[in-house]
Amino acid sequence: MQPNAFLRRRRLQSIFFLAVIAAITYGSMVLTQFDLVQGLGVIPRAFVWAITNFVPDERAWSRLPRILEKLQETVLVAVASSTIASIFGLGLALLGANTTRPHPWFSLPARAIASIFRNIDVSVWALILLFSFGQSGFTGFFALSFVTFGFITRVMIETIDEVGIEPVEALRATGASYAAIISQSVIPACLPQLISWVLYMIETNIRSATLVGILTGTGIGFLFDLYFKSFSYGSASLVVLATVVAVLLIEAVSNYIRRTIL
Amino acid sequence: MSLLEVDAVTKRYGPETLALDSVTFSVQPGEFVAIIGPSGAGKSTLLRCINRLIDITAGDIRFAGVSVPTLRGSALRRHRIQIGMIFQHYNLVNRLSVLENVLHGRLGYKNTLQGILGLYSEEEKREAVRILETLGLSEQMYKRCDQLSGGQKQRVGIARALVQQPKMLLCDEPIASLDPSSAKVIMDTLQEINRSTGITVLVNLHQVDVALHYAKRIIGMNRGRIVYDGAPHNLSSDQIYHIYGSEAGELILDLKERYAA
Amino acid sequence: METTLTSGRIRVRPRTRANIVLHVTLIVLVLLTIYGLATLDTRNINIFTAFGDMLNNFRIVLFEARLKNLSWLELFRELMITVALGLITTVLGAIIAFFVALFAAQNLAPRRVTDAVKAVMAFIRAVPTVLWVLFFAVTAGLGSIAAVVGMTFHSISYLVKAYAETFEELDEGVLEALRASGANWWQTIFQAVVPSSASALLSWTFVRFEINFSVAIAMGATAGAGGIGFDMFMASAFYLDLRELGIFTYAVLIFAILLEWGATRLKETVGVKRQA
Repeated sequence: MQPNAFLRRRRLQSIFFLAVIAAITYGSMVLTQFDLVQGLGVIPRAFVWAITNFVPDERAWSRLPRILEKLQETVLVAVASSTIASIFGLGLALLGANTTRPHPWFSLPARAIASIFRNIDVSVWALILLFSFGQSGFTGFFALSFVTFGFITRVMIETIDEVGIEPVEALRATGASYAAIISQSVIPACLPQLISWVLYMIETNIRSATLVGILTGTGIGFLFDLYFKSFSYGSASLVVLATVVAVLLIEAVSNYIRRTIL
Repeated sequence: MSLLEVDAVTKRYGPETLALDSVTFSVQPGEFVAIIGPSGAGKSTLLRCINRLIDITAGDIRFAGVSVPTLRGSALRRHRIQIGMIFQHYNLVNRLSVLENVLHGRLGYKNTLQGILGLYSEEEKREAVRILETLGLSEQMYKRCDQLSGGQKQRVGIARALVQQPKMLLCDEPIASLDPSSAKVIMDTLQEINRSTGITVLVNLHQVDVALHYAKRIIGMNRGRIVYDGAPHNLSSDQIYHIYGSEAGELILDLKERYAA
Repeated sequence: METTLTSGRIRVRPRTRANIVLHVTLIVLVLLTIYGLATLDTRNINIFTAFGDMLNNFRIVLFEARLKNLSWLELFRELMITVALGLITTVLGAIIAFFVALFAAQNLAPRRVTDAVKAVMAFIRAVPTVLWVLFFAVTAGLGSIAAVVGMTFHSISYLVKAYAETFEELDEGVLEALRASGANWWQTIFQAVVPSSASALLSWTFVRFEINFSVAIAMGATAGAGGIGFDMFMASAFYLDLRELGIFTYAVLIFAILLEWGATRLKETVGVKRQA
């Protein structure tokens, strides 16, 4: 009866696990006053409404130049913040990684700083930064940069440590200086991974920038909010369409670059 | 004058582990020395103490008349330039080309800016290409290192050490990850370098038969101590047993087969 | 391959496609960054005084944080609402994504079906979550229903990709063995696919929960989803109370670090890499 008992216990464990999840989820629904039936009902209604109302109308198309201008602004902020934050992130990762840190004491502070920067959500950073930079492009730029900085530091620490101590050891043995070892061995070995992560962050940051734009009144997020609140749903739908095209385009380019360099 | 003098060198890891226990020996210019012993005997630690990848706990190491343990900064780098190192796992930057990896051997000669930018003179590049040709790698020059076989990778490692124009080569288990025929090519290459250029070779080996075949002198280590230092032909089965302990049985059997053949 | 020992310069770095693409990508990123910074909408803000101001604000957030409009109990309740939003959307997303992913994995469904499913998912994923929530808010009104439905949509698209990739990594032999023994499609799914990928699916789901917690904060701040995000928005935009915002920040930071720690532990035991 041993195998049967084993199977029965595994099944009981699974059922128990699922029951706990179900109970917590039900509790969550009560707490947030979310009604599943109502929620499910919304979906068909929303799409039926969308077919007639959420399509670009004539006025929307006349606004296309402005939409593209704001979209470009958002994409550029995403690229600039991702790139600059990645440079700083790489720097902190070099200080924190086991193979490249100047002293073992650097590791923990570097990882802690990275953890704080990436675990504060981009919207929270934006709310804090609004106090100093107001409704300007800086707020979004720094909010995106801070999260990216923390994220890139973390993944680059992992990447550097994955490449391993061996090439670093070999270059130390040739008498190369620390700076030369980093620039000639560690960075060439990690650069394709770094670029891949920067591209990933650009994709993520375009979506985040849309969100932050609603808070800071900048970029494509602001424009969507504006049209949406003035009931210009046709124009709002064109904003969504333009964003989707931009994101998919950038994803396609990123995938091509990744396939080639990795 | 000896090229290398190792004088009562001790290396401790923490209070418990004694990796090297008062190791003393000296090496003359042009010697081909094999250090043999079981894994964990302290062979790798010893080599890394010589070029100061590891700091020693006590004792003294003199290389070309200079005391090594107190060297710092640029003086330490000048010391390392004179010693090429070859590794069991080749330690190449896999994403870079063969030529780029070989030129890494010149980085010790560079000032900070040249080093960061990787600026090499045409002279240095020609020398690197020449060395690659003598090692039979001119076809592979622009290949990425991760496209090479193990034996080819190790030859890149040797080329990187040679462009340093070293006085001595430290080889840490250079053939431990290679198949027998590649291993033979590598050992022949090291022997040829030693004979034709007079570069001193200090090689860690696990395999006694290889050591006996190539080395003019054998240093046997066990548990951080030197237990044998002398010519290969004086090494008896008893002494091999002393060096390798319980691992010896298999090795002596190999040895007998070789002599029988 | 060019000959090299002749006169003239020796090329050190080979001109491979990978190297060229790498360099072009780097140059384009730098140029776009410079252009992006030059055209940043600064609204006449002096970056230097504002930056100094920012450092001072960080000091206030870090060291002078205190509650004012909310009690500690209310703070906890608000945090739990945000956690609950993240949890509901993850659970609903996971259930739906599991069934959709079966039709997105190439070893389980025909190619034409997987291509179509993946295309739809890519579209859903490309729309930022906040736009999904606002979209559903038109018919449902701002509140938890629009938030949950919108966030679930985005979760589904993310999890379908992760789940399908997990399924595709399954050992083909296991599937074959079951098919050979006469098991039908659903039996294969629940006897082979689910048991051998369960821990990976769980790990991905937890990663998504981590993301959805952050998204729930953001939706509270921008799309009327309630919870601590809304309180943070009020503290920032309405009360201009940096000190209370500080406490909220601490609360979400600690919870996020806990979640990340949990996700990392799960991933370590399961051996799943973060999605690239």
